[in-house]
Amino acid sequence: MRSFGTNEFLFVLAAARWTVVLALIAFSLGGAFGAIVAILRISPFAPVRLLAAGYVQLFQGTPLLMQLFLVYYGLGLFGLRLDAWTAVVIAYSAYAGAFLGDIWRGCLQAVSREQWEAAHSMSLTYLQTLWLVILPQAARIAIPPTVGFLVQLVKATAVASIIGFVELTRAGQLMSNATFQPTIVYPIVAALYFCLCWPLSLWAQKLETRFRVGNAIGAGI
Amino acid sequence: MTYVFQFGIVFDQFDRMLVGAWLTVQLAFLALALGLAVAIVCAYLRTTGPKPVRWLVMAYVEAIRNTPLLVQLYVIFFALPGLGLRLDANGAALAALVINFGAYATEIVRAGVQSIPVGQIEAGRALRLTRLQIYLLVVLFPAVKAVYPALASQFVLLMLGSSVVSAISANELTAISNTLQSTTFRAFEVYIIATLMYLAIAVAFRGFFAGLYWLVFVRGRGR
Repeated sequence: MRSFGTNEFLFVLAAARWTVVLALIAFSLGGAFGAIVAILRISPFAPVRLLAAGYVQLFQGTPLLMQLFLVYYGLGLFGLRLDAWTAVVIAYSAYAGAFLGDIWRGCLQAVSREQWEAAHSMSLTYLQTLWLVILPQAARIAIPPTVGFLVQLVKATAVASIIGFVELTRAGQLMSNATFQPTIVYPIVAALYFCLCWPLSLWAQKLETRFRVGNAIGAGI
Repeated sequence: MTYVFQFGIVFDQFDRMLVGAWLTVQLAFLALALGLAVAIVCAYLRTTGPKPVRWLVMAYVEAIRNTPLLVQLYVIFFALPGLGLRLDANGAALAALVINFGAYATEIVRAGVQSIPVGQIEAGRALRLTRLQIYLLVVLFPAVKAVYPALASQFVLLMLGSSVVSAISANELTAISNTLQSTTFRAFEVYIIATLMYLAIAVAFRGFFAGLYWLVFVRGRGR
């Protein structure tokens, strides 16, 4: 019988890159998507706002696993042959888009009303105001919670193992099945996730303290 | 597009899905109650305990918050039997959810506890309240009120996250949906209905917690 040695460990370690790749792809596509959702959420047109809010509610009110199942089985029905990669990328981007959209909406709304009014009085257009005045200020507030969400996203990729996508968790399962040593394998898998997520968590915390200090000084002036 | 949706065959099994939804609700509330107990004890130890205990609680919180729930579940269900602790699927699912929610709630409750000014506690001492009375009435009650929205949304995340315990075939909505889709071959229809049920539960929970807040913290405040 195979036992859990260096080769098995390297197999699990190598699979961690797919966890990272999936998280990064979902973060980029979801980020682009989330930016649109956030901007629509503060649009002056009520139906547009409602549509974006509905999207966020739908994805924040249902389990990620169900979203994965629906994309995986659902798009297959429409004649689109989906491999695990495509399905997983679509589902995670939509998921990340909803969460980032909600986080960033909060940041956009945190920029004070007077900024809008001042820009308006200088006869900037809506898009100019958004791009030149609001977004640069909102981006600063948005950085810490965005890094925090990245941790959530890395952890969320573990669920993709359930539909057979080979990443860190699935690789651990495969090695556990091959070696019959789950007592060794799963704690190692958990430790690898910890090594990925903890530095990000610490970074998010540090950013948060730094930006809070910056805001306090700004308010003092 | 040649696919014809057939919800009829799924609606025949609707009562089984309702049972699954009820199991999910039960599992979530049980994990909430036990997890909150864990959190209150841990938040107390984290803020007032001796240094090694504080470090231990911090390690627990960080370890859980930086690893996926699914992996925690696998550690409990597959790895612990090797160390002599064997739980059945439902027990492992509950344990994983309690440990997971406990860690997040510890951090939330701690933030609330630390927001209570020291003067409040001194005022409690001046009124000759016991240590337990001070902790429960002067510290914990207002602390929970302050962080109530965060706790409620963490709880909804717990309920939604509980769908991954189907991976070890614990009894709940997703696991029952998995069984149904493999017997009816109507995966999409089954999962659409399960998803809508989760959505309904999430909306109902949010309403329930808003009502509970009003009942405990708004209406009950005068007494």
